[in-house]
Amino acid sequence: MTGQQSLWEFVVQQSDKLWSQTVAHVGLTCVSLVIAVMIGLPLGIWIARKDRLAWAVLGIAGVLQTIPSIALLGFLIPALGIGSLPAITALFLYALLPIIRNTYTGIRQVDPAVTEAARALGMNYWQVLFGVELPLALPVILAGVRTAAVINVGVATLAAYIAAGGLGEFIFGGIALNNTNMILAGAIPAALLAILIDQLLALVQKINTRKARLVLVVMPVLMLTLSGFYLIPIAEVKLLGGFTPEFMGREDGYLGLKSKYKLNIPTVVISDAVMYKAAFEKKLDVISGYSTDGRLKAYDLITLEDDQHIFPPYYASPLIRKEILEKYLELQPAIDQLAGQITDSVMTELNYKVDYLKASPEKVATDFLRSRGLFKEPRNGNKGQVRLGSKIFAEQYILISMYKILIEGNTELKTVSRTGLGGTKICFDALANNEIDMYPEYTGTGLLVILKPTPRQIQEVSSDPEKAFAFVQKEFEKEYRMQWLKPIGFNNAYALMMRKEQAQSLHINTITDLKNYLANDQPPH
Amino acid sequence: MIRASHISKQYGDVEAVRDISFEVKEGETLVLLGTSGCGKTTTLKMVNRLIEASSGTIEIDGKNIFTENPEQLRRTIGYVSQNNGLFPHFTVRENIGIVPKLLKWEQSEITRHTDRLLEQLRLPVREFASKYPDELSGGQKQRVAVARALIANPPVLLMDEPFGALDPVTRANLRQEFRELPELKRKTIVLVTHDVQEAFELGDHIAVMDKGKIVQSGTARQLLFNPANSFVSSFFDHQRLFLELNAFTFHDIWDSLPAGEVTGSGAVSANLSLWEGMQQLGAGRNELSVKRENEIRSVSQSIIFQSFNNYKNIR
Repeated sequence: MTGQQSLWEFVVQQSDKLWSQTVAHVGLTCVSLVIAVMIGLPLGIWIARKDRLAWAVLGIAGVLQTIPSIALLGFLIPALGIGSLPAITALFLYALLPIIRNTYTGIRQVDPAVTEAARALGMNYWQVLFGVELPLALPVILAGVRTAAVINVGVATLAAYIAAGGLGEFIFGGIALNNTNMILAGAIPAALLAILIDQLLALVQKINTRKARLVLVVMPVLMLTLSGFYLIPIAEVKLLGGFTPEFMGREDGYLGLKSKYKLNIPTVVISDAVMYKAAFEKKLDVISGYSTDGRLKAYDLITLEDDQHIFPPYYASPLIRKEILEKYLELQPAIDQLAGQITDSVMTELNYKVDYLKASPEKVATDFLRSRGLFKEPRNGNKGQVRLGSKIFAEQYILISMYKILIEGNTELKTVSRTGLGGTKICFDALANNEIDMYPEYTGTGLLVILKPTPRQIQEVSSDPEKAFAFVQKEFEKEYRMQWLKPIGFNNAYALMMRKEQAQSLHINTITDLKNYLANDQPPH
Repeated sequence: MIRASHISKQYGDVEAVRDISFEVKEGETLVLLGTSGCGKTTTLKMVNRLIEASSGTIEIDGKNIFTENPEQLRRTIGYVSQNNGLFPHFTVRENIGIVPKLLKWEQSEITRHTDRLLEQLRLPVREFASKYPDELSGGQKQRVAVARALIANPPVLLMDEPFGALDPVTRANLRQEFRELPELKRKTIVLVTHDVQEAFELGDHIAVMDKGKIVQSGTARQLLFNPANSFVSSFFDHQRLFLELNAFTFHDIWDSLPAGEVTGSGAVSANLSLWEGMQQLGAGRNELSVKRENEIRSVSQSIIFQSFNNYKNIR
């Protein structure tokens, strides 16, 4: 494969996925919107009559609105698990405020002289509501629905984090894989969808209030039809795989599983943050984890042996800008103190303390360095500043905390931490743009995600960790003027994981076992 | 016929209306006259149960309205408010057709009645039937509101400051039209106003209200010449002469008028109020001939004043 693939080629190649993601996205948006209208509209009407309750209801809906969407999903997972239910619930909660508020406002602004006249003419409560108040409030109510719809199209991208589908699968996959085409293939349709829905509702809104009765019929029908798109697949499966967006798009991930192992497993896309727990709770059976992840221990999962070696080594090393190494010569010795110190099992243990026992990364880092006699009190020097970045998971937080202690204890330099920079792409771009000076990276990621070598080159180097490291080190120096320092010791490679008791009862130890189990259980074609 | 006995309305500790009783005979108009906040609108709205009375009874044609279904009741009572209350999303024709539709009339019947009423109210069907309220002037809106109240031919009509939002010229014209409308001749009407002139012009009986009570009720003359207390008389003070002249006709002072002959421009009827006579004299004429059956009297402004004063002194 030579040359860059164009966005168009990507879209054509992935059109099946794109279509199903778009349909899921529209479906998620509409289902949640319909539910929000069904609940928000009566609630808005109700509080328009009970002024004392209005502030309370609007207040609660307002608070829900301010919860960050990721956090809201986080709250919902323990109660509702993963998949469409928590996604729809979260979207519904976000859509609620604009709908309640605008219904309330719309009804309240109807001229009381008109409603009184309606009553005086002998209309009953429902005739006044449907014949006078709702038609006159309709433009305002529709404006609320419109706001809610646009919010939902945006938030629905996050559904990809909890195995509910949607265009977020491409967006987050693309960010994780440093694949701009993939990001755009998700982001552009999402933006177009927002504009389309907004304009469609604007059109409905412009329709004369006097034809309101027509709108009141057409709108619900249209929304319900669109909701119908979101048919939740309830097909019976033996084992369900849940993989991160990143894993789904990688040659050394799902693609390799399919091509090398001929593994055929139904999958959902899910965020790394909730994946382990979902496996533990038997919502998922096979997940794509990292071999040093602390949750492996916490949730009693085991890794399947990669008997055909498709996952290249992922030795962790500090990736640093050459300029800063040359500027502060004392920096490298300080950082190198950690080289070779942490093995796989030690890293798993440290991760476990943070992920599961909820110890702070700073404390875990301090304790570890003390136990190795590497801890030194900070010198509080002010010779200069080193900006440390990290991806958004515990292992990186721990490593960053260790480097902070080592740098501040052994040199006159100060550090600032920019933690939680999302995935590889965000960290790497930050480093390339001189927004951070170093972050911990993995050889496999550097090789496959950033350098993107030819398949032949991959084959040449990935079997041997030493070769892979040397290749990556040479290429980064040449291409980006970045230096890979000595590996920390552990190999945080990808691994497939299952619940221990399930794997044992099914006698699955290797990925080949898994493939055979699935192949046998599937009906012959 | 409407009969209200001992009705009161309380809002918490506040008594908006206190123990009011009144009676309106069939075909007559009762005006509730008073300043803002005196309880006149509350009283009116209790008659069609837009406001529920706290105590007392109201009967319409002998039936107790509190035992009826309020919606059914309201469909038999026309209602016109100051703010017209037209539905902004309905055309003129749809607005007028609301009650017939609630009463499940045939569509053709509704259209026929609407169109007839529109023409009567000088709103040509071709021009106005399909217009929306925001395309009408204030006077036109109020006419549509009156048409909407009258369409189902209710025996009772309630009007809450029906001309209150209009400019003085439009108000006077509309009032004039209103008096001459054949549809209104046989209606039993309760009208609320703070305008004394309007009350005298439209009311067969007038009830002056203050602080939730009826202070005095009677005809215009009774109120003018036998006010129950200083509140009632103070109500008329700043336009007393005008009101008095308006309340009397040449019939009343006929005997003290000098005999005369028909002058150039003919004679006017003795049914004319003295105020209207004064207006005619003010318009560049020194003498006016007034005719009653075969008799003719000749009057000037000073003769009218003199005779009227004599008349008052005799009373």
